[in-house]
Amino acid sequence: MSRTSTGLLVGLALALLPITALAQQKAADPAVVAKGEYLARAGDCIACHTAREGRTFAGGLPMKTPFGTLYTSNITPDPQTGIGTWTSDQFYQMMHSGRFPDGGLVYPAMPFASYTQVTREDSDAIYAYLRTVPPVRQLNKPHDLTFPFNNRSLILGWRTLFFREGEFKPDPTKSAEWNRGNYLVEGLGHCGMCHTPINALGGSKQSQAFEGGLIPMQNWYAPSLTSNKETGLGDWTIEEIVDYLRKGVSAKGAVYGPMAEVVYNSLQYLNDDDVRAMAVYLKGLAQGGPPEKASTSLPSAESSLLLSLGKSIYDRDCASCHGATGQGMPPDYPPLAGNQSIQMVSAVNPIRMVLNGGYPPGTSGNPMPHGMPPFAQKLSDDEVAAVVTYIRTAWGNRGEPVSARQANELRAATLN
Amino acid sequence: MAARVLACAPCHGAEGEGTRDVYFPRLAGKPAGYLYNQLIAFRDGRRKYPPMNYLLEFQTDDYLKKIAEYFASLRPAFPPPVPPVDSKEILARGEAIVKNGDPQHGIPPCSACHGPTLGGMEPGIPGLLGLRAAYISGQLGGWRYGTRTALAPDCMQVVASLLTEDDVKAVAAYLSSRPAPADPSFAPRGSLPMPLECGSEPH
Repeated sequence: MSRTSTGLLVGLALALLPITALAQQKAADPAVVAKGEYLARAGDCIACHTAREGRTFAGGLPMKTPFGTLYTSNITPDPQTGIGTWTSDQFYQMMHSGRFPDGGLVYPAMPFASYTQVTREDSDAIYAYLRTVPPVRQLNKPHDLTFPFNNRSLILGWRTLFFREGEFKPDPTKSAEWNRGNYLVEGLGHCGMCHTPINALGGSKQSQAFEGGLIPMQNWYAPSLTSNKETGLGDWTIEEIVDYLRKGVSAKGAVYGPMAEVVYNSLQYLNDDDVRAMAVYLKGLAQGGPPEKASTSLPSAESSLLLSLGKSIYDRDCASCHGATGQGMPPDYPPLAGNQSIQMVSAVNPIRMVLNGGYPPGTSGNPMPHGMPPFAQKLSDDEVAAVVTYIRTAWGNRGEPVSARQANELRAATLN
Repeated sequence: MAARVLACAPCHGAEGEGTRDVYFPRLAGKPAGYLYNQLIAFRDGRRKYPPMNYLLEFQTDDYLKKIAEYFASLRPAFPPPVPPVDSKEILARGEAIVKNGDPQHGIPPCSACHGPTLGGMEPGIPGLLGLRAAYISGQLGGWRYGTRTALAPDCMQVVASLLTEDDVKAVAAYLSSRPAPADPSFAPRGSLPMPLECGSEPH
């Protein structure tokens, strides 16, 4: 390279550098950074962008999907392996449009279909915060997707079907609180990623928004958040929803399964006003369709045998905490009578709770939670089916019986 | 605290004394530092056992510390030792390794770190009595094959990789045949001169 052209390049670089540096300095207002940290909590970025025992935000967490395994990316400000060279425009493009700085398409495991609602101001705050976290030099792992899903251009089809780009627009006919809740639930909270049923193409069925669905690969059922009394939040008070989201326990039920992660990493850090706004918005969701009827039900002779066996197991193993009539001792021992998450059409949650037990997350509002013991090693498939059938149908509960086969299949469910 | 850790009881006993299941260890009376290290390792996925990883995933350091201190403070009776099914030769080989090691192969005695009474040492070294042979050989095997690790330098990995399959069997058979110790407490911190550097037992 000739001396002149080198000199020209250096000159160009020098001319460009101060502009970038200036833009970054401007973004480093501590109040903006603090707001960005809070919003990054609301978006639960850390849950996916930090691997087990890994450095914060350095990515590398494997995410199993029906289409193969994705590895999350490094979002620390390391210039080589993270997003250190990104501008706030490029960051907003990722959040809002699901495109990398080079225009490449982002896999929709990154919830940009929700984050698209995030305002430019909030996106810039998150960007400012992420520039302040310690940079980590860690190369992104290549995704391990099966054919044909390893072809990124397929994302175009997904986007056409399921992606509606656009910032949140407040509804002037609703309260400020409702609008704030709407923004958090539908945007950063990306609640619909699990609580809206997912179709075979990996898209959310918007016609059934928040009506609940089986979470692929995890074998947990994300319950309906609609106001349906049988399956959703119809009977919950605002206070109970707030407790559930912030503390992980409430008078109506405790957080378990994948929701424990959300409360642990995200919701417990939100302020009372924001969680209350989310609860107000959720309470306002329309009732949705009637719950689907169970596809299999057992012959009545078999289910009455199951019930008597189920009651004897319940009285022996469950009643000391959950009460003889399923009333529980909330918040530490959740009620089972009238508990929607036990009566849902899908029985995977109650079966898995009996098999695997579980702890609600440790939160500042409930730092030392009570745990439910696992019974997988104690109860046979028939016994699990019996006790789950019993709690789904006793005390006015209106769930369907479950079979030993269903119980057996869930013994193999991925735990962690 | 007992009510909060009821989830542990089906596998580890109501007071951490262990259960009839040979793969689930006694927790009671092990040093709190050791129990805490294990709880953290299970929570963060470094020690792999999915039912434990799952239960602990969203608990804080503070709570895990309290759980560890709770089980460390309990002193339930030891189970009666299992009548040995192995030959006298195997038990003798196990006893030799536990008490004297195998200097020819560079294997230190278990008692050098776990104490002459095998009750462990504060803060991070567990007692070895009240455990079943299947559990002990399972853990030693885990260290040999890298599925169980401790904080670096991982002294147990060094020791376990020096042991042969027969050594593991003999040590497990001998330890599980021992009666309850007269004094079930662990040795105080720093009271035993350790032959190896161990990340979980800082000097």
